[in-house]
Order: sequence, then structure tokens, then C-alpha cells
Amino acid sequence: MARRSVSIFNRLLANPPSPFTSLSRSITYMPRPGDGAPRTVTLIPGDGIGPLVTGAVEQVMEAMHAPVHFERYEVLGNMRKVPEEVIESVKRNKVCLKGGLATPVGGGVSSLNMQLRKELDIFASLVNCINVPGLVTRHENVDIVVIRENTEGEYSGLEHEVVPGVVESLKVITKFCSERIARYAFEYAYLNNRKKVTAVHKANIMKLADGLFLESCREVAKHYSGITYNEIIVDNCCMQLVAKPEQFDVMVTPNLYGNLIANTAAGIAGGTGVMPGGNVGAEHAIFEQGASAGNVGNDKMVEQKKANPVALLLSSAMMLRHLRFPTFADRLETAVKQVIKEGKYRTKDLGGDCTTQEVVDAVIAALE
Amino acid sequence: MSRRSLTLLKNLARNANGSGIQTRSVTYMPRPGDGAPRAVTLIPGDGIGPLVTNAVEQVMEAMHAPIFFEKYDVHGEMSRVPPEVMESIRKNKVCLKGGLKTPVGGGVSSLNVQLRKELDLFASLVNCFNLPGLPTRHENVDIVVIRENTEGEYAGLEHEVVPGVVESLKVITKFCSERIAKYAFEYAYLNNRKKVTAVHKANIMKLADGLFLESCREVAKKYPSITYNEIIVDNCCMQLVAKPEQFDVMVTPNLYGNLVANTAAGIAGGTGVMPGGNVGADHAVFEQGASAGNVGKDKIVLENKANPVALLLSSAMMLRHLQFPSFADRLETAVKKVIAEGKCRTKDLGGTSTTQEVVDAVIAKLD
Repeated sequence: MARRSVSIFNRLLANPPSPFTSLSRSITYMPRPGDGAPRTVTLIPGDGIGPLVTGAVEQVMEAMHAPVHFERYEVLGNMRKVPEEVIESVKRNKVCLKGGLATPVGGGVSSLNMQLRKELDIFASLVNCINVPGLVTRHENVDIVVIRENTEGEYSGLEHEVVPGVVESLKVITKFCSERIARYAFEYAYLNNRKKVTAVHKANIMKLADGLFLESCREVAKHYSGITYNEIIVDNCCMQLVAKPEQFDVMVTPNLYGNLIANTAAGIAGGTGVMPGGNVGAEHAIFEQGASAGNVGNDKMVEQKKANPVALLLSSAMMLRHLRFPTFADRLETAVKQVIKEGKYRTKDLGGDCTTQEVVDAVIAALE
Repeated sequence: MSRRSLTLLKNLARNANGSGIQTRSVTYMPRPGDGAPRAVTLIPGDGIGPLVTNAVEQVMEAMHAPIFFEKYDVHGEMSRVPPEVMESIRKNKVCLKGGLKTPVGGGVSSLNVQLRKELDLFASLVNCFNLPGLPTRHENVDIVVIRENTEGEYAGLEHEVVPGVVESLKVITKFCSERIAKYAFEYAYLNNRKKVTAVHKANIMKLADGLFLESCREVAKKYPSITYNEIIVDNCCMQLVAKPEQFDVMVTPNLYGNLVANTAAGIAGGTGVMPGGNVGADHAVFEQGASAGNVGKDKIVLENKANPVALLLSSAMMLRHLQFPSFADRLETAVKKVIAEGKCRTKDLGGTSTTQEVVDAVIAKLD
């Protein structure tokens, strides 16, 4: 057995692995004249840890001399509605970066996050849950993209009290919305060389509602013969996620299940502090932390300034790619991944003890 | 202990990528509708043109790329590019071209130049870099030559003053020099390049190349983080073959660009492997980066031994230009793997394969 290891050892010495997954490569990219003109992006710091992490993004963009400049707007979770000028700004710039808006529990205040998504018709939410090299987790080989319908389903906000003590909450599923989210999921898989799309549902119980969702997915699947399509019931899905996550590739889900699955998948792959994500519609896109269950209003993190900026930094790399600045996106992603791999600068949720600012400084130092 | 080290070593070996070619997982959020197929005008051309464009068509088919080609027959001896071809390019905005042979002398103007002038494709870009696995006499070559495409010595304004005396006008304008300089610095900025070198002969042609240099210097002031320097073209040719690693992005007028691009392509592996393209404000035409003299070579055509790598890499550039980055990455990775392995190479790279064998190898390597 020592002999076998010697031969493998020799093979390794002949081809030493690179110290980290380097994205610096010579890829020929021919921009159109004028592609370098700076773009304006609406910035909504939000509440809680929001301003901390968006401050981190602003610092890194500055350090990279990225052709992006931010128009900042103050929006707080307890406002009744998103101010007019903010919506105008997002409609004009087409792209927005959001820290986080805390939605108060109960009361009569509707979620501002939801309001933004509905007004701008941002129907798809995308979270990429992937193991980051250097970050040890209980699950390996996780690379799941959760595509979640963002505008209807259980989050329609249509509730009423029938009689005192009895409340009805309507879950609305339409063919139109199900079709377009299915189409987006398959198009995503096609464009990103993904092999499988899994629809998550509970159609054995909600036969008509989730049944309609499934029908739409099946119809779209027929147009993409190169992509495997299967379906899984949501309770089984949650169990499979924690048992064998490598079986999942792209997952398309209605609103509520998507929220839960995205947070579960983010948790198994390293935590909500590191997963990038975004929301996209036909005309606008909003980038924010992929899955942010519960952290936005966590006061202790705000006081100690220990929020993890990695998720929003990776989301801003997605944003740079969306704005067609691939080289800047690659530089940012490489620097962030290098910092995580080295392991010296990590916030509390990753097992370290650093503040947000220390992580930001490390990322800026790692930029090439 | 040996048991544990064995599994450890196996894990390490699995993660080490021996060929040095990186495939990566980056998160990209497309807009809805980004997957809709795009039409691209295809001009096979003459000589080796149809061979290599056919190679591209086969690989695109195998990848199920969201591209479909509108093919048009154009030959080098036509007096002008047919109007329906121009219509098609104007509609599709993107064109892939095999090669159009320009007859020497005669009265026929080059169709390549005509295309570039009519569509105002003012920048020609060639990326000359060492490919892993392909040994050459020069290492660490990674040069991008950005060449002004519409004026200069190629203005085509010639007349016979008296029998036996011919004047050929070289035209340099501030407008064209400024825009090519702006494009070169913008390219360097967007692609994280550190240095732009202007190539000139302003010690002799003081006004013409002097105007070119002035425009470059003005644009350089707006990009303080990019180093700018100038080099005389004869010294440049010598430096290219002596110490090519000193060059990064090079911006040149028309004629010097042609020569420098072909020299740089030669030192980095040959004109059979360098990708390139021509771009204007509205249109883009992709073709082999530097194709000095090979287009009309009949022997290569007869034996079907033309190298398809250059046009395959150019079509990867085209896919990136059309915003299909995943497909572009897959194609480039497959091509680079085939070259690194070294089993399937055409004659110019030292092997004996035919074009079709290289294409089959690339298709087999697609993931």
C-alpha cells in the first residue's frame, strides 16, 4: 500500500495543484466600444445588518475602480410603503443592490421586500448554494441552484377574517406565473450547462394548486430534451437535502417551499452568510443576500459589527456579471474565495472572530 | 497510517488538475429570455474558409448552442460584397467569416476592407497567447493587438501621377485615432490589463503618426492606473521576437497592426490558433485572428488539413460577445484540452491530423 501511495505522490509532484481555485485566465473577450461606461445602480442599505454589508460592497467596488456608481436611498422596514423616488430610481437604473429590510411580525404592515418584487414584477428569485473551498461543512459536493417563484403562491397577502377567530389565507397559483418560472428555470439550466431540473411540490395534498404548477413545469420540460426533469414532494425533498444533497442540481419551486428549501440548502452548504443570490424580472434585477433567514434584525450582530459581508460581496459579483463586467466580477469572486480559503479572516457564523471591516480589508488586500 | 495517507493522496490527486485548464463554478443570473437563439451571418469564403467554418458549425451543433447560421456565398474575386449579405449583417449585428482571398494587383479592391469600411468596424483585435501544451520558442506571451481598421495605409486612394509614377495616400485622422485609442484603453480597463503600448513611426512620418500619438496620449490621461508607453515599429518588431513578455495591449494604426499581429501570432504558436475579431459601434465580424497567406493555399485545402482552432476560439469569443458565457467557456476548455493533449494536431502545429479529426476530438471533449 505504501507503494501505491508513492506512485500517486509522484504523480502529484509532477503536477502540483494550484494553491487555490484561481480564476485568473486568459480568456479573450471583445467588448463593444462604450462597454466601459460607468453604470448607475440603486443602493438600498436597509435596516439591521444591511448598512454594514452594503458599506462593505461600496468599499470593495471603490478599491477595484469598478465602473459602477451607487445612488443610495434610505428605506426602513417599518415604513408603510417603499418611497416613490426609490421605485423610480430602480425603474430607471434597472439594477438595484439591497442590504435587507426587516419585516415586522404580525401587525398590519406588509413586507416591503414583497412590495418591491410585486411592483417591479421581479418574478424569479435565485440562490446558488455551493460549498466554498476551504469552508468545512457536514455536507460535501453541494451545488444547488434554487429558483423560486416570487410573486404569488402563499405570499399573495390575501387574508381576511371570516368571523372573529377564523381567518382565511388564500394561496393563489396561476398558469401564467408557473409557466414563466418554469421557463426561466429551464433556460437557466440550458445557459449554464446544468443537467437536471427538479420541481418541488405538494401536489398529493394540494392537488389543484400544486398540480397546476407541476403541469406547467412538465410542459416546459418537453422543450428541453437535453435536460433531465423530475419531481419531488417537498417533505421528502427536505429530508433528501440533508441526507444526500448531491442529487440536486437546479430546483424550481413555488413561493413558500422555495423560501424554506433555499434556506435549508444555504445552511447545509455553509450558512446564509455566504450564499449569493438575486431576484430578476423581465426588465429589472435586485441583488441581495441569497438566503437571509432571521439575521437582518439581529441587534447583537449590528452592535458588534460582526455581520458576514461575504454573501453580499458574492451577490455584487453576480451583479457585475449581470451588468456585463465579467472581469471585475471574476476579480471580486477570486479575492473573496481566497480570503475564505485562507481561513484567517472569518466572522462568527463561519467559526472565526473577525469584524465585518476586517474581512473587507482582507478582500481588498487580496484583489489583484 | 499508510491507509490514511492513501486516501488523503487520492483526494489530493483528484482535486489536482494536471492539464492546468480551469473549469469554474461562477454564479450567473440571466435575464428571462436570454436563452433565445440568435441568428449569425456566416460567410464561408474561399480556400480554407469553408473547411474551418464547417468545423465551427459542427461544434455549435454538438453543443446545442443557441445560434443559427445564415450562410452566404461570397468569393474573393467578386467586385463587391452582395447587398443581401450586408443586409443580413446589419440585421443580425454579428457575422462569422472564414476568409476572403484578395487578389494581388489587378483592379479588384479587397472585400475584407470593403466589409470593414461599410460596417465601420474600426477596431481589429487579435489575442496572441501561449497555449498550454504547445511548445514554442517564446514563453509568457500574452499580447492583445488592437489595430485601427478603416484608414491609414489601407485607405485605397492611389493614382498614377504620370506613367511610371504612382502616389498612394496614407490618411490619418484625429477622429479615427481617438476612437481606436479610446477602445484600446477601455479594453485594458475592462480586462484588467496593466499596460498599453502605442506603435508608430513618428520619427519619420512626423505629422501622420504624430497625430496618432497625440490622440493616444490624450486618452491615456483619462486612465491613470494603466501604464502607457510608445515604441517605434522597427524596434517593436525586434523586441517582439527578443522579449515578448514586455508587451500587454498594443494599439497601432492599420499597416503596423497587420504586421505586428502576424508576428505576435507567429511567436505564440502560429496563425492557425490565434482568435480575433473586428468590432464597430454596431456590428462585429469574427474571423481568424491573423491569417497571413493561408487562405488561398490550395494544398491545405486539397488535403483538408487546415487548422480549425483559430476559428473555433474566435467563435468562442463570438459566443461571449452574444452573452452566452457558459457555452463560450465549454468550447474554449474543450479546444484547449485537445491542444494540451497533443494527440490531434494539424500540420502547422507539428502533427498530421486532418481538420475533421481535430473537430471530432473537440466534440468528444465537450462536457
